[in-house]
Amino acid sequence: MLREKYERVPSGCAVSGILDRSGRRFSGNDIIQSIALMRERSNGLGGGFAAYGIYPEYRDHYAFHMFYDDEQAREISERFLNEHFNIAEAGPIPTKKVSWIINEPMIWRYFVLPKEEKLTSSGLLSDEFVAQCVINLNKRIDGAFVVSSGKNMGAFKGVGYPEDIGEFYQLYNYEGYMWTAHGRFPTNTPGWWGGAHPFTLLDLSVVHNGELSSYGTNRRYLNEFGYECTMQTDTEVAAYLLDLFTRRQGMPLEIACKIMAPPMWDEIERMPDDERTLYTALRTVYGKALMNGPFSIIAAFNSGMVALNDRIKLRPLVAAEKGNVLYVSSEESAIIEICPKPDKIWTPRGGEPVIGMLEEVKA
Amino acid sequence: MKVIDANGIHYQQLNALIKQTAASGEDDIRVLNVRGQRYIGDGMRGDATITVEGVPGNDMAAFMDGPTIVVKGNAQDAVGNTMNEGKVMIHGHAGDTVGYAMRGGTIFIRDDVGYRVGIHMKEYEDKVPAIVIGGKAGDFFGEYMAGGILILLGMGLYPDEPIVGNYCGTGMHGGVIYIRGQVDKYRLGKEADVRPIDDKDQKVLGMYVEQFADHFGYDAEDILSGTFTKLIPFGKRPYGKLYS
Repeated sequence: MLREKYERVPSGCAVSGILDRSGRRFSGNDIIQSIALMRERSNGLGGGFAAYGIYPEYRDHYAFHMFYDDEQAREISERFLNEHFNIAEAGPIPTKKVSWIINEPMIWRYFVLPKEEKLTSSGLLSDEFVAQCVINLNKRIDGAFVVSSGKNMGAFKGVGYPEDIGEFYQLYNYEGYMWTAHGRFPTNTPGWWGGAHPFTLLDLSVVHNGELSSYGTNRRYLNEFGYECTMQTDTEVAAYLLDLFTRRQGMPLEIACKIMAPPMWDEIERMPDDERTLYTALRTVYGKALMNGPFSIIAAFNSGMVALNDRIKLRPLVAAEKGNVLYVSSEESAIIEICPKPDKIWTPRGGEPVIGMLEEVKA
Repeated sequence: MKVIDANGIHYQQLNALIKQTAASGEDDIRVLNVRGQRYIGDGMRGDATITVEGVPGNDMAAFMDGPTIVVKGNAQDAVGNTMNEGKVMIHGHAGDTVGYAMRGGTIFIRDDVGYRVGIHMKEYEDKVPAIVIGGKAGDFFGEYMAGGILILLGMGLYPDEPIVGNYCGTGMHGGVIYIRGQVDKYRLGKEADVRPIDDKDQKVLGMYVEQFADHFGYDAEDILSGTFTKLIPFGKRPYGKLYS
């Protein structure tokens, strides 16, 4: 895959997400219909989906979705995978010929478990072991790209309009309890298959509309914790920041969001004592993790999802609820398209996270 | 009356249909099943009434120059962008940047609005645009406002719920903002000055609130019985000396 020298997503873009908190699984039709309604926000240079709960038969295995440029990249990658993992099943991800989708890489899927002796010799827990393998694969093997690597989930993406990408992967044949989607509108550079959203690490996926002007600062901060930003895109840092705070440091999601989109200093000044102390500490300690610039993102992980806006709301975000189902989207019409009469529909304030968790996780 | 079913129709085709219908002399156009189609009513002249059922897409009534649009539901972002004349009535809420650089006409919104409403509104002689909002507004209300009238009524708020977000009137250098009730000083931009309401203000408020109450079935006297905060710019040219 041709990697861009420098990639930015200055505007446009559509995001959408659906979570059934009860864990009920439903096909990819709804999310395709929702993101397709916002076609005007994309330009055909990138579309993608993250789907959760789609591999119950392998729920304890890590599902690797891979892009390969050629057979050689596949052979080298499979040697790497075989060395570090026991592979339960491997094969190409089924796709359908769609006329608008061209130049697709080889797209493969592996259900794997880390080898016991590798875990023992590395001294790592399995999640961290897998995360390091993903970063190594992306960095070391030319022509190979890890699309996703979580349990019971997968990312499906490429160059094209999102509804065509959904058709290409036949997402109506999958059932999940949570779906997110992205339609891309890159204006400065061509799109490439790996550069489409979502960006993932383990079960965490991020779709993003906007542009992180703090990318450089965020990236250097992440380097200190061993993250290498190899995709040359700003969205990657949002995924790694969330991974660092929630998985590795065990921070509550709300706090991670308040680090990434913190209250303004004058707002902090007006807070009651204990809150002021907390937020002053967060901004002081984690200042380099503040994400600046316009953004609306949807981050998803096995247990739920969060939608977050930049603090001064330079990108749109709407949320709605109907029974157990939480919807978030760039546009209200994209929710109404699949849920004509929600119980509640609202626009979150800038910096105010909308969090939805699976019921079984909350209990 | 002419009914257009917008179900599954692309915005270009839908807007061409609406314009053709208006050009044929029809002045009562009902558009049903609207879901996200952008640019409805854009640049249209004349005095047709377009009734929209569903959720119209962004930039509805942009550059509009005469017609009336009634939305039976919620609207999205940038309603009335650079609108020049006419009327918009939204029986629900609206998104960000309503009335962006609006130059004339009136917009009535029954419920809440998002961020940056009234940004860069302007006026010239007898062309004075106005936006009346029944609920609350987000941050940057009236940002860089250069003219026109913003009226925020704050109905249906929870106890202690703020009627307006932060940075209200930031960069304001013309026009007037009326907000029902009190506004915390810290929510105001540096350029917004709080002034008492005078008789002329009462007249302006009376005229617009009566229309609002009429459209959405409220009692105008009830609304007008509350106190109002008036905001105008401190000076005409807040940045006049910035680069001098």
